[in-house]
Amino acid sequence: MDFRLSPEDEAWRQEVRSWLRQNLPPDWEDRIPEEQGWEFARDFARKLAQKGWVVPHWPKEYGGLGLDLWKQLIYREEMAYHRAPLGYVAMGTDWAGPTIIVYGTEEQKREHLPRIARAEVMWCQGFSEPNAGSDLANLQTRAVRDGDEYVVNGQKIWTSGAHRADWMILLARTDPEAPKHKGISYFLLDMKSPGITIRPLIDMMGNHAFNQVFFENVRVPAKNLLGEENRGWYMATTTLNFERSSIGGVAASLALLEELVRFVQDAPPELAYLCRQPRVRNRLADMAVEVQVGRMLSYNVVSIQAQGRVPTYEASIAKLYNTELGLRLARTGISILGLYGQLKPRSKWVRLRGRFERQYLWMTGMVVGGGTSEIQRNLIAIRGLGLPRG
Amino acid sequence: MDLGLDEQQEMLRNFARDFLEKECPEQLVREMEEDEKGYSPELWRKMAEQGWMGLIIPEEYGGAGMRITDLVVLLEEFGRFLVPGPFIPTVVLGAYPIMLAGTAQQREQLLPRIASGELIMTMALTEPSAKWDADGVELEARKEGNEYVLNGTKLFVQDAHVTDFMVVVARTGRGATPEEGISLFLVDSRSPGIKFELLRTIASDKQCEVTFENVRVPAGNLLGEEGKGWPIVHKTKLLAAVAACAYLVGLSQQDFDITLNYAKERVQFGRPIGSFQAIQHKLADAVIDVDGARFITYKAAWSLQENEPDAELMVSMAKAWCSEASRRVVAHGQQIHGGIGFTKDYKIQLYFRRQKWMELMWGDADYHRELVAEKLQI
Repeated sequence: MDFRLSPEDEAWRQEVRSWLRQNLPPDWEDRIPEEQGWEFARDFARKLAQKGWVVPHWPKEYGGLGLDLWKQLIYREEMAYHRAPLGYVAMGTDWAGPTIIVYGTEEQKREHLPRIARAEVMWCQGFSEPNAGSDLANLQTRAVRDGDEYVVNGQKIWTSGAHRADWMILLARTDPEAPKHKGISYFLLDMKSPGITIRPLIDMMGNHAFNQVFFENVRVPAKNLLGEENRGWYMATTTLNFERSSIGGVAASLALLEELVRFVQDAPPELAYLCRQPRVRNRLADMAVEVQVGRMLSYNVVSIQAQGRVPTYEASIAKLYNTELGLRLARTGISILGLYGQLKPRSKWVRLRGRFERQYLWMTGMVVGGGTSEIQRNLIAIRGLGLPRG
Repeated sequence: MDLGLDEQQEMLRNFARDFLEKECPEQLVREMEEDEKGYSPELWRKMAEQGWMGLIIPEEYGGAGMRITDLVVLLEEFGRFLVPGPFIPTVVLGAYPIMLAGTAQQREQLLPRIASGELIMTMALTEPSAKWDADGVELEARKEGNEYVLNGTKLFVQDAHVTDFMVVVARTGRGATPEEGISLFLVDSRSPGIKFELLRTIASDKQCEVTFENVRVPAGNLLGEEGKGWPIVHKTKLLAAVAACAYLVGLSQQDFDITLNYAKERVQFGRPIGSFQAIQHKLADAVIDVDGARFITYKAAWSLQENEPDAELMVSMAKAWCSEASRRVVAHGQQIHGGIGFTKDYKIQLYFRRQKWMELMWGDADYHRELVAEKLQI
């Protein structure tokens, strides 16, 4: 039992923090018009790349820094705390890249990894389908071998960033006769391939992040199959050897809570009445306790990984707890702000930059995406606690 | 950083678990609920032989010189087995303040005898006002020559009736703040004028009303300086809160484990009830509560041990969380057990009743959230 970071870890935290303070203005979201947010994120990622900081968690031979798990955790914690826009590269750095590192051929590694590490390409994830959400293994998009190619037909949904992505990691069914987990293959798909149609799916925040992606006789070279045919499900769900703590969510919550506390401490006159309600103290203290617990649950995942063990239900706990915490925090913030809580960013009367209105909508999505809270509870119960399947 | 147990702690835990499994069976827990003393002298002696009473007492006073995080590991097992008796009162409420503030003579006289299991102790802090803070201390200690004379009533004093000595928190004066004018006395529990009356409590533990009527205490039994005793109480309260958290972690874990097994075995509608998602999701939520309680408790214990600047904040966060998380866990435990859980014969109720006790001890969630708010300057 030792909760102290090593001096090197502390130094790393300071290094990341001071770089962020110099390179990421705390109010960048207010300064950059929404429609330019994407370019800003891309430029930020390229600036990170100059320091080798896009994929610091990757082994050095692939352009990473080979950071140990605690330093990865610190990096993620600082990035999320400072609201760094990493969504632009995340699918490449955290999904495509690590999977290619483990399963890719030498040629695939050479082709893709350096470009991900330099933030030159954007990846998207073609997993979910209209009838394959929580039941992902039910996916129906077909890939049929035809000589040196596969021919893909079908549809994906919730594809974040497909409209900007250069590449997609794609799960498609190659053996419709096999049991559903055993007939899926994992492809690297060039998004410029003919036959791909992308339709925007606007989310309730008003953002265009998601898309529907349609494939009509899209031809994928067989060399872009990743790993073995029909082994895609296991590759997609394998625990990759990277930090899986969901620390980002709780770090973002901590930053938001601190903003809220500062706001209440120094409330403007028109909000003084609301902020001085006795219940406000109790609620904020409650949130502070919950954020601290969330941090410990995330740290626990890394602590287990750092001991060389594989977390089972602990990563599900961290995801479940920290996203639901983010949603509770959003409700708390809105309730403290009263009627002001409903105002969107850039409204004339907005307080706290409208962060809690955004957080409330955003977290409502986050408790669904990446495995719903209910799916996480199922995983905890069945994989972690050994309860029988229903 | 490492959130797990080190090798020595691992050994301590495994040993304690094996020992208590054998020496503190459910039957003993039940007997002690009915027992006037509330503890088994035989078990007490055996625990002393393991060196547990002296776990955090320095080696020069016959202890093992281990640390707060080690004590937490042990107390987690105490919670798991619901070990009855005055262990926490003796070690945390008795030995610890003497370690903090005792004179060389007081330490030499008392600590080795505590470590050996010879002395049983407690702290008499709370009064009929049921306050944990200094403004709740009204019991009067008046100086007369070379003695102090104590008059007043203490309430909710753990295991006082079986103690040899009590650390009595008394008022010797009044100052600008309630903290000023508080003095601590090492009082021989057999002194004339002291009366004990057992309270009937939800956990059937042994808390007492202790009345002091012209109880004469030699001036040499003052612990710390006259009028400046509150900081000692304050520090003791921090450790006591951590101890309560550790006990709740073990209690919740065991309640959870029993419930999990039950859910796997109990068959209704032709299948184990643990295959129903309604049950699975309760258990998933419970495991988060248990894990969260464990790691926030470890963090608090470590912060206190290392004198971290945010130690008090962490302790309050831990007690706020553990108080409510453990309540959720044992409530799920009852619900998943259904009717059988409500019976006296079945074991789960033993955990349910003790959870409420420890939830209240050393401040409940509301109390500690208020402290968190203060510390964060909200």
